[in-house]
Amino acid sequence: MKANNKTKTAAAPPAPASAPDTPADYLIRPVRAGDLEKLIAVDAQITGIQKAEYWRQRFRGHVARKDQSSHFLVAEKNSAIEGLIIGEIRDWEFGTPPCGWVFGISVRPEARLSGVATRLLDALCASFRLAGMTKVRTLLVSDDLLVMKFYRSQGMMAAPIITLERKLD
Amino acid sequence: MNIQKSTVIALCSVLEAALDPDKQISSAEVAEKYGISPHHLAKVLRRLGRAGLLESSRGVGGGYRFCGNAKRTTLMDVIALFEDKIVEPDKQFEKQYATAVERAIAQVLVEIDETAKAVFNSITIATMIGLIERQGRSRP
Repeated sequence: MKANNKTKTAAAPPAPASAPDTPADYLIRPVRAGDLEKLIAVDAQITGIQKAEYWRQRFRGHVARKDQSSHFLVAEKNSAIEGLIIGEIRDWEFGTPPCGWVFGISVRPEARLSGVATRLLDALCASFRLAGMTKVRTLLVSDDLLVMKFYRSQGMMAAPIITLERKLD
Repeated sequence: MNIQKSTVIALCSVLEAALDPDKQISSAEVAEKYGISPHHLAKVLRRLGRAGLLESSRGVGGGYRFCGNAKRTTLMDVIALFEDKIVEPDKQFEKQYATAVERAIAQVLVEIDETAKAVFNSITIATMIGLIERQGRSRP
């Protein structure tokens, strides 16, 4: 993984406890093995579901990819994981030309409205751009308005892809 | 999908005002810009005012300004003031229609309405302002 690191200035004074967070308060960096348990806890807090094995598989799958196509970033503040984003470059997914896909983005409720998600998405998009991608896509359920509003606010519009389903009865 | 003219006027009015919330927008100028009747516009503005999205002032130089929360107000919030059918797509078509043909057509129309609803619900006025600014940059 490359070009995702955005480091804070070491000399920056700590913000007063009462000051609202700013995007610069967060370090956006690639995930590390030591983050795994924290990620599991953050996801459980956000979704209300414990998915430890899912995250371990996700992490193993990400580490196993050696071709720089998989991206797994976290937002860190004071050694705590406050958010994460997972994405991947997929070639000819559903018959479409190669592009970057965002598989998921999460930010702890306490860290929201401080620009963390925007920084996570920007960092992921920067990696996609470096890999020569010109588009980023995602897929989400139609009633997930919180996340959909976020993606819309980032300028994302409907892709020329339609999801279809049917019952298997 | 059939959007009423009042809804389009409402969206244009809200967006024109939200582009510069500090500025008082002349309703006469908006009517001329979008080729709509001042009478029709006035009715739409009154409804938007009652909904707390616009604040109006009367008299010479009177107009209106946006007073809603651009990051919280969605296109659906505006549309819902004027369109009942999009807000609640009629899923009771199986009971309403006697023939399979009518029910199948209704099922497709509900799918379209549900998609439209999801789109309108996900786009805020602030997002639209970003879109308008990008459109303006690409073609003044």
